[in-house]
Amino acid sequence: MVKKILSMLFLLVVIAFLYMPIVMIIIFSFSNRTDFTFANGFNFDAYISIFTDKNSGALLQAFKNTILIAVISSVVSTVLGTSAAIGINRLGKRMKRIVNNVNQLPVINSEVVMAVSLMVFFVTFKFPEGYLRLILGHIAFSTPYVVLNVMPKLVQMDNNVYEAALDLGATPVRALTSVVLPIISPGIVSGFLLAFTLSMDDFIITQINKGATTGIDTLSTYIYSDARIKGLSPYWFAVFSIIFVVVLAVVLFINLRKKSKGSQTGGIIA
Amino acid sequence: MSFATKTCRTRIKLNRKVFGYPYILFLTIFVVLPLVLILVNAFIADGKLTLHNFVAFVQSSNMKVLLNSLIVGVVTTVCCLLIGYPVAFLLNKYYRNSVMVLMFILPMWVNFLIRTLATRQIFEWMGVKLGMGTVLVGMIYNYLPFMILPLYNSISGIDKSYIEAAQDLGADNLTVLLKAYIPLSLSGIISGITMVFIPTISTFAISELLSDRQIYLFGDSINDMFMKSSSYGVGSVMSLVMLALVLISNFLMNKFGDKEEESKGVW
Repeated sequence: MVKKILSMLFLLVVIAFLYMPIVMIIIFSFSNRTDFTFANGFNFDAYISIFTDKNSGALLQAFKNTILIAVISSVVSTVLGTSAAIGINRLGKRMKRIVNNVNQLPVINSEVVMAVSLMVFFVTFKFPEGYLRLILGHIAFSTPYVVLNVMPKLVQMDNNVYEAALDLGATPVRALTSVVLPIISPGIVSGFLLAFTLSMDDFIITQINKGATTGIDTLSTYIYSDARIKGLSPYWFAVFSIIFVVVLAVVLFINLRKKSKGSQTGGIIA
Repeated sequence: MSFATKTCRTRIKLNRKVFGYPYILFLTIFVVLPLVLILVNAFIADGKLTLHNFVAFVQSSNMKVLLNSLIVGVVTTVCCLLIGYPVAFLLNKYYRNSVMVLMFILPMWVNFLIRTLATRQIFEWMGVKLGMGTVLVGMIYNYLPFMILPLYNSISGIDKSYIEAAQDLGADNLTVLLKAYIPLSLSGIISGITMVFIPTISTFAISELLSDRQIYLFGDSINDMFMKSSSYGVGSVMSLVMLALVLISNFLMNKFGDKEEESKGVW
């Protein structure tokens, strides 16, 4: 019993360490101050200033860019990655191993190296600066995750099911769309969610590939350029609190739903 | 009839393979080719094929930055392991598959810049001077969840009968930990180390923000080489060094990790 209480205490200390900054920011987002006091009392001014601050136009634009890039890149990654997984699964043993290894590269590679290599590539082949480079970059680092999420479902799938569909007169396209896709759909959905989150969350690839002259910012690069120089203003406390709550709620929701379905063994998240 | 289905099937098998081709092309262009360009740039200076960039890198202050980063990386990784292993162990013992486990993993889904800026604000409020200490705490804070997740997964995959066998054979708690738990969770330990060490030395912004630009890590230098001084040659050499570290740790991970775990996917 003592042992259990001690272990619980230890875990609570680590949790406190992990959540202290997050909780402090949320609490004091209602003070409209940055010195962690309630000298101005409890108020919502920081939240109101998100819409009235002189920066709110730029913030809104950054938010729109983040969503735009995340939606386009994750949809393309999902389609590309799913069809890739179907194809790779049918390749010969040796070819399959090569493709799988190359597919792992963006996952294991350090983000800075991936980002600068893309930058050199875009400069060398004169890709126009701006959204195109960013979207291509985001597709490049998120598609491998889609493939890795879909592949296990394909491996688990009994190939006879597909053959049976063909024997029963389905065309190959029909067999894929109405037999294979539904079976692997959990992998497709989690791949898509992961691609979307990774794109929204990305900083390094975007920062290095956004180009100096375009002025395109996503949320994370905008936070970096603004807050790094001026420090956090109360307005950022409010923005961060919203992001914390939304992200934590979404991840919690996805995981609890997954767990209640009991679909995965052992692994949490993705 | 059997002949007909047979030809039909070979054609279809070919067809399904075709779905992989666009992505193979994409990978070649957007993943392999850029890395090849880095490799080429590393060996070219003033339009000639030389080793000049390598010499320039070894002689530059970036070499010191690399050593510094390795130290920061090792300290961060060791601390994360020392905190993370007991956490993963206890979670597995008392809170298996509960929301409590999720609590430790959740922070990694919040953007690291936001978490880093929040930590900096706390340090400033507490009056802690920004420097090496704050960088280390910030790194541990950022990467601890990435250590806990693989450790938890591999510990929970351990077949309990091995542990019971060790106990039945008279091993005390320490021996069980050293001879049963740690070897059996080695794959998790190695992947945890990789997931902490590589990002720690190669990320940029964290050390910059938490030390008021006093401390530079390797990721910051690579970024500066390309973005500020446009010395692509030396920057490429540094990227290759980073890539080598990545490949070495990945090799170790595959060597010690069990194959089944690997095919289960990333995280």
